[in-house]
Amino acid sequence: MPIQYRSEVVSSRRAGQYHVLTLTAGSITETTKPGHFLGVAIGGDESGLLLRRAFSIHGVQERGVFGGTVDIVVAAHGAGTRWLVGRHRADPLDIIGPLGRPFSLPRDPVSCALVGGGYGSAPLFMLAEHLRARGCRVDMVLGAGTEEKLFGVLEAKRMASTVTITTDDGTLGEAGRVTDALGRVMDQHDTDVVYACGPMGMLAAVAGIASERGVYSQCAVEESMACGVGVCMTCVLPVIGDDGLTRMVRSCVEGPVFRGDRVRWAEVGTIPPDTLGAPDLDGGSR
Amino acid sequence: MTRAVVRPAEALAPQVHDEVDMSTHLAGLDLPSPVLTASGCAAAGRELDQFFDLTRIGAVVTKSIMPEPRSGRATPRMAETPSGMLNSIGLQGPGIASFIERDLAWLHQRGARAVVSIAGDTVDDYARLAKILRMQEGISAIEVNISCPNVEDRGKVFACDAGSSSAVIQAVRRNTDSRVPILAKLSPDVTDITTIALACVRAGADGLSVINTLLGMVIDTDRLRPALAGVTGGLSGPAIRPVAVRCVWQIRQVMPEVPILGMGGIRTGLDALQFVLAGANAVSVGTMVFNDPSAPLRVHHELQTALAERGFTRLIDAISYAHGYLDREHPASDPVEDDVEAATEEP
Repeated sequence: MPIQYRSEVVSSRRAGQYHVLTLTAGSITETTKPGHFLGVAIGGDESGLLLRRAFSIHGVQERGVFGGTVDIVVAAHGAGTRWLVGRHRADPLDIIGPLGRPFSLPRDPVSCALVGGGYGSAPLFMLAEHLRARGCRVDMVLGAGTEEKLFGVLEAKRMASTVTITTDDGTLGEAGRVTDALGRVMDQHDTDVVYACGPMGMLAAVAGIASERGVYSQCAVEESMACGVGVCMTCVLPVIGDDGLTRMVRSCVEGPVFRGDRVRWAEVGTIPPDTLGAPDLDGGSR
Repeated sequence: MTRAVVRPAEALAPQVHDEVDMSTHLAGLDLPSPVLTASGCAAAGRELDQFFDLTRIGAVVTKSIMPEPRSGRATPRMAETPSGMLNSIGLQGPGIASFIERDLAWLHQRGARAVVSIAGDTVDDYARLAKILRMQEGISAIEVNISCPNVEDRGKVFACDAGSSSAVIQAVRRNTDSRVPILAKLSPDVTDITTIALACVRAGADGLSVINTLLGMVIDTDRLRPALAGVTGGLSGPAIRPVAVRCVWQIRQVMPEVPILGMGGIRTGLDALQFVLAGANAVSVGTMVFNDPSAPLRVHHELQTALAERGFTRLIDAISYAHGYLDREHPASDPVEDDVEAATEEP
């Protein structure tokens, strides 16, 4: 169950183009699993920016000088995130977590490929730890536009059996995209499960590559949210249910992690005509 | 010298003013708290119950339900705006049957008061919904959403026309148990909101919910196109609060007795107090729930404190109190005469 917590910034440090914030989180840490996210209120009690920003949880420390703490990775690309990276030690923050449905872990010690685009890799390191603890093989594929936009390369090298890096401009690793390398990595290491987090286009391609090989994939989406707790209905995308029916489901509570073969990737941003309750062609509702 | 050790939880705990009676009456409903959720901002309550005890607020106003399941509009459905947001959800919902089976049953079992918001494409849809709900126990009131701006055809916004509003309200009233109050939810996007308010009350509305969102639009300057997939959306949040307070005030001026559920950008207890002083018998906290999911109960406590600080011992004594400001400030003068004099000075 998520908890709303009056947090304090413990530290804020740069990592390439990103900032890693460590925040006090009390008992939020006790129930956090890989893939869970945090909703952070922006700008204080009088702020004109009302909507919480969602950040996947990068790491948790259950006990320490500050009690439980969590780490999030922030890219300052708007007014809200710029405010957030400007916070200093001991500044207060209103946070809610853990939110969403985390990655599900395999029962058996299988071979896993973890794919991250940009700072979408943030939740993959905690996931790698959990997988390793279960005896799973972990291969990581990290990609970004350019070297500065990669996140967690050193951490990946510490945790994974192999790490493959791609950049669009070739400044680090192979020139190209993660999806150019993923098929090869999967074939080399007999991958049984693919985990991915990153932009929608990357997830669509990763899910496709996994499905072609008959491999199960779990994708954490980055859909824009207003509330993060399931009440506003803004973060929906078309997902096929167990009954074969497509519904517009909330990525904050039914996700952010979805089975790759269940999301109708090509139709994200639309209402597919066979969705439950989709409008009729005459403009009414079925 | 010893220092008192104050644990943070105690230091932060707000002072409780239990001496202020917060109960209110709204269209025949007795509520222990004047603070409700707002339709479309609380789903059917279940998610918010994780953050505060739903039974402690006035009622949960559920997201508008339609006869059949509805997918809503494409994404992006939301854009943040200064002190507010635009939404174009398009009434996504599971349809009335699933709502009754899952959501209403849960609220009932949880012991939370439920105000059920209904919406339709036609007058007949509303009548059908009322008939179905008539067979359900445990509905505190029905809020009739005649003002959702996220419809394809602006001509379909019932609340923009007095005749259409009357037709819907009559249909719901005819098919609803007389003991269950119905509230008409009004749009601020009209020339004179009091005309629509009067039409709804004459058609049988027991009270008015004031206001729904304002129609708005944001252009994405990177993609050079409307930010929302639905092009336009409903503006909500503190940005619209002065508009909402004005609407409550105007309706209260025209109808001194009509029950009003006031809403529009309530963030704090003082915001809620503005609505009460302007004439609201109760208030809904809507968009701020996205910012602070425990806002409804927090606003209840802050309002209680604000009333105590102003010497009120009962919430109901503060309802419409601001309307008497001229009499209180100029007890000897005749405000009507003053107004005439002022008017004659105009060129």
